[in-house]
Amino acid sequence: MHEMPVTQSVLEIALRHAESAQAQRITDIYLVIGQLSSFVDDAIQFYWDIISAGTIAQGATLHFERIPAEARCNNCGQQYRLEGMDFTCPQCGGVDVQVVAGQEFYVDSINVETDEADEETKG
Amino acid sequence: MVKQIPIVENILSANDEIAVKNRRRLDEAGVYGINLMASPGAGKTSLLEQTIQRLSGRLRVAVIEGDTAATSIDAERTEKAGAASVQINTGGNCHLEAHMIGMALDQLDLNAIDLLVVENVGNLVCPAGWKLGTHRNVLVASIPEGDDKPYKYPGMYHNVQTLVINKIDLLPYVPFNMDFFQKGVAALNADLTTFPLSCASGEGVDAWIDWLVSAVEAHRANPAG
Repeated sequence: MHEMPVTQSVLEIALRHAESAQAQRITDIYLVIGQLSSFVDDAIQFYWDIISAGTIAQGATLHFERIPAEARCNNCGQQYRLEGMDFTCPQCGGVDVQVVAGQEFYVDSINVETDEADEETKG
Repeated sequence: MVKQIPIVENILSANDEIAVKNRRRLDEAGVYGINLMASPGAGKTSLLEQTIQRLSGRLRVAVIEGDTAATSIDAERTEKAGAASVQINTGGNCHLEAHMIGMALDQLDLNAIDLLVVENVGNLVCPAGWKLGTHRNVLVASIPEGDDKPYKYPGMYHNVQTLVINKIDLLPYVPFNMDFFQKGVAALNADLTTFPLSCASGEGVDAWIDWLVSAVEAHRANPAG
């Protein structure tokens, strides 16, 4: 949900870092999205295509890395994947558990083209 | 040449940064803030009216009301009950965000307040994901909504620290399996502080009020906690 403002945030973050590096163009953007966060890849892609037009990010490929949801049981220490909506520990049946993965939502890195010459072509 | 720039920056970081600033403003003034969330009609405003009236003379309460429509219905109710109230109309946005709270805080004298209640937009989905800078998330569930809501809205039920179950006076009249409901809650949130009550009959409201007073006092004694 709210993919429009979050896509705008992705664009702002990417442009800011690319401009610091004096890049001509952004070619790739790597996003990390946890399974428990409620953002839909297709919707982000949809808005991206619209709002990146006319910027140095136009045409950049969005890469989505999904992180599965995991919890750790505070009773027995077991760490496990969360399947479906039951968070109960599969080892001891405990309910005192903590979500330790799956709520991520960040821009991991971008690939850019800069003016700097490639190593091989330097004289 | 093509190069990789590592970033690792949270996409919602802009909101979170303002939430941190809001929290600092509350802490500097010794104000305890709660983010009150629920479906539309669960009883957030009714609970607030009762809370403000019963805390009169014990705690000074202020309210930030969040509504998506251009209405001040809720702020008028809480003002009438006796709390300084600021109404935010989100212009269609389905949840409150930290920057809106920041602007509302400008309209309150924080030094004259002990407890700030932010009544969020009626919505079981989005508000859970947007930090406001308050100290505690409180969810108001209600009996007529049905006992399957923890299973259907795990994000919300997992991200709150206190649960009010309102309209218990309706238990004899609507299908609601409390065991099924509690099992769903327990699977998402162990030891959740829970208050079954009825704003209409008053049953159970005292326990909620007493807990609120102790939470405010505990925070005052240990602001970092």
